[in-house]
Amino acid sequence: MRVSDLVEKFDLSIAAGGKGLDRKVVDGYCGDLLSEVMGNAPAGCAWLTVQGHQAIVAVAVLREMAAIIITGGQKPDEETIQKAEQEGIPILLWPKSSYSLAGLIFSVGIGNLATE
Amino acid sequence: MLKKFKADLHIHSCLSPCSDWDMSPKKIIEKSREQQLDLIAICDHNTAENVAVILREGARQGIAVLPGMEICSREEVHLVTLFKEIEDALKMQEFIYAHLPGKNQPEVFGHQIVADQNDRVLGENDRLLIGATQLSLKDIVSRAHLFGGICISSHVDRPSYSLIGQLGFIPQDLDLDAVEVSFRVPLNKASSEVPGIRDYPCVTASDAHFLQDIGKAWTEFILAAPTLEEIRMALAAAEGRKIISNRE
Repeated sequence: MRVSDLVEKFDLSIAAGGKGLDRKVVDGYCGDLLSEVMGNAPAGCAWLTVQGHQAIVAVAVLREMAAIIITGGQKPDEETIQKAEQEGIPILLWPKSSYSLAGLIFSVGIGNLATE
Repeated sequence: MLKKFKADLHIHSCLSPCSDWDMSPKKIIEKSREQQLDLIAICDHNTAENVAVILREGARQGIAVLPGMEICSREEVHLVTLFKEIEDALKMQEFIYAHLPGKNQPEVFGHQIVADQNDRVLGENDRLLIGATQLSLKDIVSRAHLFGGICISSHVDRPSYSLIGQLGFIPQDLDLDAVEVSFRVPLNKASSEVPGIRDYPCVTASDAHFLQDIGKAWTEFILAAPTLEEIRMALAAAEGRKIISNRE
């Protein structure tokens, strides 16, 4: 599945990094404590967080993520959008909780309990 | 003349919800004297309403007190902000209050006591002081600087509410004046034990919420006087002012 498929399926809005929409999504991750995410998020994941600071882009690049999805109606900072454009990391927006979107993404076959 | 000053620049009063009733103006100053501190800073969560009275009590008993506030950013990062004059801290407080949503629930988060210099209860603050402001780190740092203050990133060695814990690292573009490590890390080992603090000036402080913790950690400075301007110079290692140690 590609990032663009997630956008289409769940009607996510694109805040930045449109040129990375063809990146492959192979897993998912939720977390708002960036020190923890930096250590544990899997490569190729769609990462759900409420943080909008530009540090999220650095974390996404470091962990070779597919995309960042900012949940809970939160918005990325202006610097975050610029960084994401530079790095080609898509930042998508979801108005409801991380929990609800994680459930939806899991239901379409992304992520695997056996590897958790 | 330059000399040593023993400073605990991060102490909460009974106004912080998570803090003990015993953290009253007189008792804070008495305990600071007992700990032979020359300089303290009062840094309640998102408020400075108890600072003026503690400052006066400090002046009476010969302890220098800097007005401060520990502000929580929207990234849920705690920042110690210190000011020269109480008026500057109150201007900062006004800015913070305008961006701090919610009401306190004392039975859940604790009481927020505004006290007088005789340790009597003047009233309770009903704002959600334990909460996060809607301000970004950058907003807070630039506003504190505008009011002549300095910004120190709180307890960067801790997993919760710290810059490194919340964001994973210290953002390059954040104009911090210093970082603070908790009592758990000796100051002379901070740069090797806490990854990511690089060459930021580093201080330590007690972050006391209980009387017995005042002076649990402190920073020794070489200064001409116990003032904010001198601390600012020490953080920049200017004109002989400097940070020397925290433990004997």
